[in-house]
This record gives sequence, structure tokens and C-alpha cells, in this order.
Amino acid sequence: MNFRTGDCLEANSWICGKFLSTRHDQVVAALQQHIELTVETVVIALAVSLPLAIAVRRSRRARGGLLGLATAIYTVPSLALFGLLVPITGLRPATVLVGLVLYSLTILIRNVLAGLENVPSDVVEAARGMGMGRMRILLTVELPLALPSIFAGLRVATVSTVALATIGYLIGEGGLGNLIHEGLTNYFKAEVLTASVLCVLLAIAFDAVLVGLQFLVTPWARIRWTRRTS
Amino acid sequence: MDQADVVKTISDVYSWLTDGAHWRGSDGVIVRTAQHVELSAIALLIAVAVALPIAMWLGHIRKGGFLAVNVSNIGRAVPTFAVLTLLALTSLGIADRTVVLALVLFGIPPVLTNAYVGVREVDRQTVEAAKGMGMTGLQQLLRVELPLAVPLVLNGIRLAAVQIVATMTIASLVSGPGLGRIIQEGFATQNKPELEAGALLVVVLALVVEGGFAWLQRVVDPVRRAHRGDRTPPPAEPALIGAASFVSAEDQTHNAIS
Repeated sequence: MNFRTGDCLEANSWICGKFLSTRHDQVVAALQQHIELTVETVVIALAVSLPLAIAVRRSRRARGGLLGLATAIYTVPSLALFGLLVPITGLRPATVLVGLVLYSLTILIRNVLAGLENVPSDVVEAARGMGMGRMRILLTVELPLALPSIFAGLRVATVSTVALATIGYLIGEGGLGNLIHEGLTNYFKAEVLTASVLCVLLAIAFDAVLVGLQFLVTPWARIRWTRRTS
Repeated sequence: MDQADVVKTISDVYSWLTDGAHWRGSDGVIVRTAQHVELSAIALLIAVAVALPIAMWLGHIRKGGFLAVNVSNIGRAVPTFAVLTLLALTSLGIADRTVVLALVLFGIPPVLTNAYVGVREVDRQTVEAAKGMGMTGLQQLLRVELPLAVPLVLNGIRLAAVQIVATMTIASLVSGPGLGRIIQEGFATQNKPELEAGALLVVVLALVVEGGFAWLQRVVDPVRRAHRGDRTPPPAEPALIGAASFVSAEDQTHNAIS
């Protein structure tokens, strides 16, 4: 390995510091596109799945239908899903975003529903006894108690989206996937390995951010956690 | 997208699919489907053969939970496309063997995690009773823990099968074999009917695999089978219900996305 020496590019080494220094701007741009795509996907998916899950949770049939549809979409391989979206959204970047949102939705709906269902009924009863209305119970009792399950879904959806987004290169919107594909066509090992490793690191970083965020927004769990460890 | 576009898309895809030339030959639908199914089946068998004994043993001795559960999380964070591309650039190159290797790597985590949780969550009192009856460790594992863990073991195998079929599709992006090639060629040549028809074929295959394993899960469950024909429904199994909900939060979501 000619790490950090001039000829690692010529030798086509797997690890090459010179690749990062010479192609710095391209790598940063790809990383930025990847981050934007992931954040957009998860934010849209969360914004859609919350009202959807709340709307169907009282109806057994609507709930079953939605979960069945979610499982079916989840079963479709990403490459095929992008292919099926092409007639609707065309060969443009929006196709990638829509596909990724669909996958995240299927994960999030499941977890939002599970989180709301696992709220103890006596807690809801107590809130009702205190004179709270339905909306207030939902916003101040049920959703906060569903947060751990929602966060578990967000973590799975985010990490999966980072990995899945690489395929977006097919329509020129793959972030680090663009680099992996370019490295494949040019037989450029350092480019493929660097982009792959960055992809995994990005997934881990997103996961850590979400764990931190959950820690911040569920103070009651934090108190329990410090009690248990002290 | 107006009505005329919808009609045109459907008729284009229909005429692609009904053109016999697209089905015959070494790059026809029939050969590509056979490759897809064959390599996926081999990879699934290897993944189960590797992961199931390890998971059952770890579940039996109730150790290694951190590893068994986190292997799924790691599997999710690694892009299948990246692994296939890295393999393609090694001296191994893309051959049937390397594709199977990649498929096995992505098939192992769901089997390992689900089987581990399944065995581990078997009611301890039941296992104690088996021990009290004089069963050896292996007998407890094979005659008590495994049958009770069957629903989750099969769930893991179903998730692995769906994951493998999906990963096999991605293999086409590094010139691997299988049905994904039709989609990949469609994208590469901007041939919409071809990529749409290919996508439809892959979707059908994935749903058949998912449906088949879901059916198997219902039919094979020994607890449910033992109660078939009974007037009373099978007793609620607290340990298994607990396991199922634990898995649904963390790992049932480890599904076919790749």
C-alpha cells in the first residue's frame, strides 16, 4: 500500500490519501447530496406517516390494509421500485426521492402505529378523567409515550435510506453512489472504497445524531436512565 | 401524467412482455429468471446453514445477544451496491460464486437475529421442565426450544429470502446475472418499456417469494399445527408474543430493502 505517497493513484491502490486530496471537492459535493437526500426523505416520510397512522389507527380494516400495502412495498427490491416509478415521475431526481420516501414510510407507519398502540390504556383513561380532550391526549400523552417506538423507526429508516440512496446514481442522484458507480466504470479502487466507507460512516453518524435527539426529547427516560446507572 | 400516457405506458409494457423474442435466448426472461431463482436459493441455503446453528446455540446458552441483534443493524447500514462493487473490483471479479457470496452476507443477519431471539425467548419454565425430565442440552434445544422458536426462525428465513432476491437484483448493476439485468439495460439505454417490464417481473418474483414464505410460516408452525382440529384455539404463548413484539420493533423491519 502506497498510503499517502504520490503513486498510489497510478498503482490503483485500495487506500489512497491522494485521491481524497485531489478529488476533495467532488467527494464533499457527493457527501452533501447524500446528506440532503437522506434528510429530505426522512422528514417527508415522517410528516406523511404521522397523520396517516393517526387517521387509520381506530379502524381495524384501514389499519390492516395500510400495513399490508406497506409490507408489499417493502418487499419490492429498490431497483424495481425505481423502475416502476419511472412512468409516473420520469427519469429525473424526483424519482429517487419518491422511492426512498416510500420505503421510509413503510417502516415509520409500522412503528408509529405500534408506539400508539402500546400506550397503556389506564394512562389514557387517567388523562380523560382529568378532562383532557382527544386532541390534547394525542399531543401531550399518546405521542410523547410513543416516541421511543417512533425513534426506533426513524433510526431504521434513516440508516436504510443512506444505504439505499446509492442506487440513485442511475438517475444521477445517488450522492456517494455516483462515486461508487464512477469508480466501477473506471476500475478505480480507491474511489469505490472511499465512497463505500464514507457511506457506512454517514449511516453511523446519522444514527448517533438520532440517539442523541431521542435522549433530548424524552427527559423522563433520561431520569430513569441516570437513576439506574447511579 | 394524463390518461393517454397511462394507456401508452401500459400498452408499451404489454407489447414488450408479449414479444417472444424477449423471453428466449441466453439473455431472455426465462434464462434470467432461472439464474435469479437458482443463485438466490443456493445463497439462502448457505446463509441458513451458517446462521441457524450459531443463532440456536447462542440462544440456548443465552449469550452473545449483543452480537446477534447488532449484526442486523450493521447489515442494514452497508449498501449492497457498495459490497457488490467492491467484490467486482477484487481479483475474484463478478462470477456466480462472488454474487452468491454477497447474497449470503446479506442473508445471514435476519436469520441470525430472529432465530436467536426465538430460542432465547422460549419460556424458561418450559426448558426447566425439559431439563427436569432428564433431557440433555442438545435434546432441549432440538425438541423443545427449536419447535417453539419455529415462528421466528421462519420469519428470519423469509426476511433473508426477500433480502437475497432484492440483492440479486442489485447484482445486475455490476454486470451480474439475474432478472435485474433487464431493468439495468433499460436504465442504461433509457428504454422505458424495457425497464418497466423488467421492474414488473422482479416485483412479481419478490411478491411470490414473500407470499410463499408467509404461507409456509402459517403451515409449518408446530404449536399451531398441534392444535389444528381442536375446538379450543392454541393457548397464548406469552414468551413468543413477547419475542414477536420485540422483533417487530427492531428487526421485522429488516426487510427487503436493497
